[in-house]
Amino acid sequence: MTAASERAPERTTQDEDLPPVPEGHVRLTIDDRIVDAPQGELIIRTCERLGIVVPRFCDHPLLDPAGACRQCLVEVEMNGRPMPKPQASCTMTVADGMVVKTQMTSAVADKAQQGVMELLLINHPLDCPVCDKGGECPLQNQAMSSGRAESRFVEEKRTFAKPLPISDEVLLDRERCVLCQRCTRFSRQIAGDQFIELLERGAHQQIGTEETAFGEGEDFQSYYSGNTIQICPVGALTSASYRFRSRPFDLVSTPGVAEHDSSGASVRRDWRRGAVQRVLAGEDPEVNEEWIDDKTRFAFRYTQAADRITRPLVRGADGALHDASWTEALERAASLLIAARDGLGVSGGPSQTLDDSDATPLTPGEGEEDTEREPKRGVGVLPGGRLTVEDAYAYGKFARLALGTNDVDARARVSSDEELDFLAAHVVGTGPGHVWAPSVTYGALESARTVLCVALEPEEEAPIVLLRLRKAARAGTRVHHLGQWSTPAVVKTGGHLVRAVPGEEPVALDALPDELDAALAAPGAVILVGERAADVPGLYDAVGALANRTGAKVAWVPRRAGERGALDAGLVPGLLPGGGAVADAGARAALASAWGLAGTELPATPGRDLTGILRAAADGELAGLVVGGVELDDLPDPALARAALREADVVVSLEQRHSEVTELADVVLPVAPVIHKSGTFRNWEGRDRRFATTIDPSGGSAGHVGGRAAITLPDCRVLDTLAVEMDVDLFTQTPDVAAAEFTRVAAALTDARSAAHGHLAAARQTPAEERGGEPALRLASWRQLLDGGRLLVDEPELAGTARPPRIRVSPTTATRLGLVEGAMAGLEGPRGALHLPVELADLPDDVVWAPARVPQPDGGVVTLAALGLTHGGPVAVTGGQRDLTIEESPA
Amino acid sequence: MGLFDGVAGFGVTFSTMFRKVVTEDYPRVKKVTAPRYHGRHQLNRHPDGLEKCVGCELCAWACPADAIYVEGGDNTDEERYSPGERYGAIYQINYLRCIGCGLCIEACPTRSLTMTNEYELADDDRQDLIYDKERLLAPLLPGMEQPPHPMRLGEDEQDYYVQGPEMARRRDVHDSTSDEIDISGAAR
Ligand code: SF4
Ligand code: SF4
Ligand code: SF4
Ligand code: FES
Repeated sequence: MTAASERAPERTTQDEDLPPVPEGHVRLTIDDRIVDAPQGELIIRTCERLGIVVPRFCDHPLLDPAGACRQCLVEVEMNGRPMPKPQASCTMTVADGMVVKTQMTSAVADKAQQGVMELLLINHPLDCPVCDKGGECPLQNQAMSSGRAESRFVEEKRTFAKPLPISDEVLLDRERCVLCQRCTRFSRQIAGDQFIELLERGAHQQIGTEETAFGEGEDFQSYYSGNTIQICPVGALTSASYRFRSRPFDLVSTPGVAEHDSSGASVRRDWRRGAVQRVLAGEDPEVNEEWIDDKTRFAFRYTQAADRITRPLVRGADGALHDASWTEALERAASLLIAARDGLGVSGGPSQTLDDSDATPLTPGEGEEDTEREPKRGVGVLPGGRLTVEDAYAYGKFARLALGTNDVDARARVSSDEELDFLAAHVVGTGPGHVWAPSVTYGALESARTVLCVALEPEEEAPIVLLRLRKAARAGTRVHHLGQWSTPAVVKTGGHLVRAVPGEEPVALDALPDELDAALAAPGAVILVGERAADVPGLYDAVGALANRTGAKVAWVPRRAGERGALDAGLVPGLLPGGGAVADAGARAALASAWGLAGTELPATPGRDLTGILRAAADGELAGLVVGGVELDDLPDPALARAALREADVVVSLEQRHSEVTELADVVLPVAPVIHKSGTFRNWEGRDRRFATTIDPSGGSAGHVGGRAAITLPDCRVLDTLAVEMDVDLFTQTPDVAAAEFTRVAAALTDARSAAHGHLAAARQTPAEERGGEPALRLASWRQLLDGGRLLVDEPELAGTARPPRIRVSPTTATRLGLVEGAMAGLEGPRGALHLPVELADLPDDVVWAPARVPQPDGGVVTLAALGLTHGGPVAVTGGQRDLTIEESPA
Repeated sequence: MGLFDGVAGFGVTFSTMFRKVVTEDYPRVKKVTAPRYHGRHQLNRHPDGLEKCVGCELCAWACPADAIYVEGGDNTDEERYSPGERYGAIYQINYLRCIGCGLCIEACPTRSLTMTNEYELADDDRQDLIYDKERLLAPLLPGMEQPPHPMRLGEDEQDYYVQGPEMARRRDVHDSTSDEIDISGAAR
């Protein structure tokens, strides 16, 4: 991987006066060519640079050399004396004066390779016709290039039971395995999940898990297991979801970008007949190297889900949604939005008729009494956190120009003014390599000597970041986690936990151990802060103070792919597209002139945040809502959101699939999923990860959903057309145009951006401290990677690899509460209870940990937020023997 | 230009009148083809009725006209169509494209795909010329059972492949492709 880019200077032996060997290099001869190679380089890499392909199975540039398969044998001569036997070129480093002969020039090496191949094939089943690797199998290819044409082996082959599921997602076929140990080395070195191992000896040597060896034990459970499938050089590890789906020659491979998290990981999508068949890790040394997590790899069928929306829908007089033409739907949405924006009142809004019928017990029982109030006016925009930069920019412009409001917030999660202030100071406008605002990058994590993770559980919330942190930790970086217990991520990165009582993290940050404080003051130290720092008032400020105190660099790692882009595109209440503050008249003027609207006044009132918008809509202040990809269960107060959607006169939904929002919407405009559009995700580093359309919906291979061609358009195009209906031009017809304009706008607001932090800090409202004494038990909580999210539908195998949800307490607390490990216990909040099995962990006493979102067997989810529980807040625990169910509390 | 040139021109015509007629009286009389004529494909069955196709797509790969479309499927103990792990879940041959070259037959590792002598491959509807698995599968002969059903002739797929030729020669289990297996056995 490193080698491919630079080509080795090569000469022939005939050359007379060779230049001196560069510093740190050695000079050797490979296949009669003289080459200079950096000291310590493996022979096989030097060969690669010369364009000589030595066959190999176990060698992988990102894994430690193992020398397990012996396929890469070459003849080596040192100091004029040939070594007695051919040597494995993947474990031997280059040396001065070495003479290497590969199979190209040496009959000995060629014969040795053929011999190894013959040995490897002795027990190989050769079931290529039924093997998923067939067609892209290094063993097939190398058996052709370096194997004997005829087999001399006539005896019985060793057989094993197959296929053996070692997790819900990974199937093992031990007969095909060539014991290269790539999978075990990946698991141990890269992912840190040691479940898959080499077992037995001699002819019985095999790959297995505790379960395959002893008949019981744990699954091969890892968020990274899919990588072993990809690097297995044979079809020994195959994927349950891709099983027998297609052959490589059926597939069109299109590069893309991971859409499930903020990593910006590069992926390769293989598709056939308008449907993605599998997702593989792409190669990007700067970002994800060659790895992706299983969510990115296996969660792609949502685009084919039965609930995909492919035609515009308009709510008719009967209160039901009906298919409509684009013209009709856009006209209706535009007229409704104009009426809502100008407070004209929406007569006979059909959503009202629907609303009364399905009130749930969670609806606040208010609203009917005060009929004499201000007319509803204004529209709030909730775009959701999964947008591309281009779509986010279109939303931002649409809100300002078409709706005349700053009431726009893409943060479909807990958020705060403090967060916005912090982000304006440390995050907005930064990017890798920006001269004036360089950001922390994956590379910086790797070279840092100290990293501190605050309110971030990297494995669950940013899996690719965890891989980098682990790589760094293996090379000596000390990775500290401010958290509650030794989670797998803590263990995998060296086990340095700064234990804090949930809710008291700011205090812990102010009083860090002296060594850690000093380490953070050393150059290159990094503080990573997660989006859920907003859960704890004062935490962002404490991180900012710590960074100022120590000089450590700060990076913000949100969960969703679109969060970072949305921030820069002004989809937050206090900031404009490009990063200037709304309250800054200069920034508004600069934006207006960049938009070619000099003289027009952009809305100057800072907008409401998500909760503010929802509350205003629920209270009948806001007349309308434009909602993007928002799942109500993810919001801090789902009940409030439901009330807001019911109460709003106008709800326009831009969605890919039917959701709770579309159920309450007046007009639903279908938008394209990432595979059907081009765009850019700005990852947590601030790096723009541009991608082209995977499957062009207008081309011959349109995606088909339920037998209908699914031609959907990107959000930016839909908003542009909708704006035209409202007599406003957004100029965001295509992602390319939108991106170009956004770049221009961002450049125009450079100065305003640096002033934004001051404006936000001045306008900040600190929420009143409402801490009534020390709670007896506090809750710690965050989301797990696989917890039944919207984009995980139709992926039963993936769901099977999720970490089981557990309540965790310390042994002392368990004893005090009478909880038994493995037995069920109930978490009780003001609005209900959740029952989960108990597990003991090294939490501080009187703290309970539980996942923030728990999928239910019936397909629904229970979130702690819906139960009225928050990280750092009080919680009650009851021992019980009940199931994973939620109970509605009568209150 | 001579006087009889016009008549001489009819020489060919007259002489042809006394030659053997090459016109076929098709469709009233159907001609029997050469035994190895490349006609419509057939997906063969094992003697117990299980399908031989394993959905490997090698035929599709080999096809120079891209006429074959295959999707593999996963056999389960409850629902088994072929011995072993994999079967051809979707199998289509598009006779608008097929050029009858027979390369797919060469490619098939299980001798599932063979060609019959059936040459009546014309239709007035393009859609009908895409033959799917139902139309390509060999008919069930006596002793065969409509899949899905468990493996009747052995413990695993090895038994089917190793004992296939022998079973084919046995009187009691008659295989639709017995000839073909005999030939391959003899050639070894
Ligand atoms: S691993 Fe490769 S060589 Fe082995 S059966 Fe599969 S495709 Fe064939
Ligand atoms: S399962 Fe694959 S990756 Fe693992 S040792 Fe066997 S061949 Fe290598
Ligand atoms: S007919 Fe033969 S070559 Fe074609 S998919 Fe079936 S088994 Fe493979
Ligand atoms: S590649 Fe060198 S021993 Fe396997």
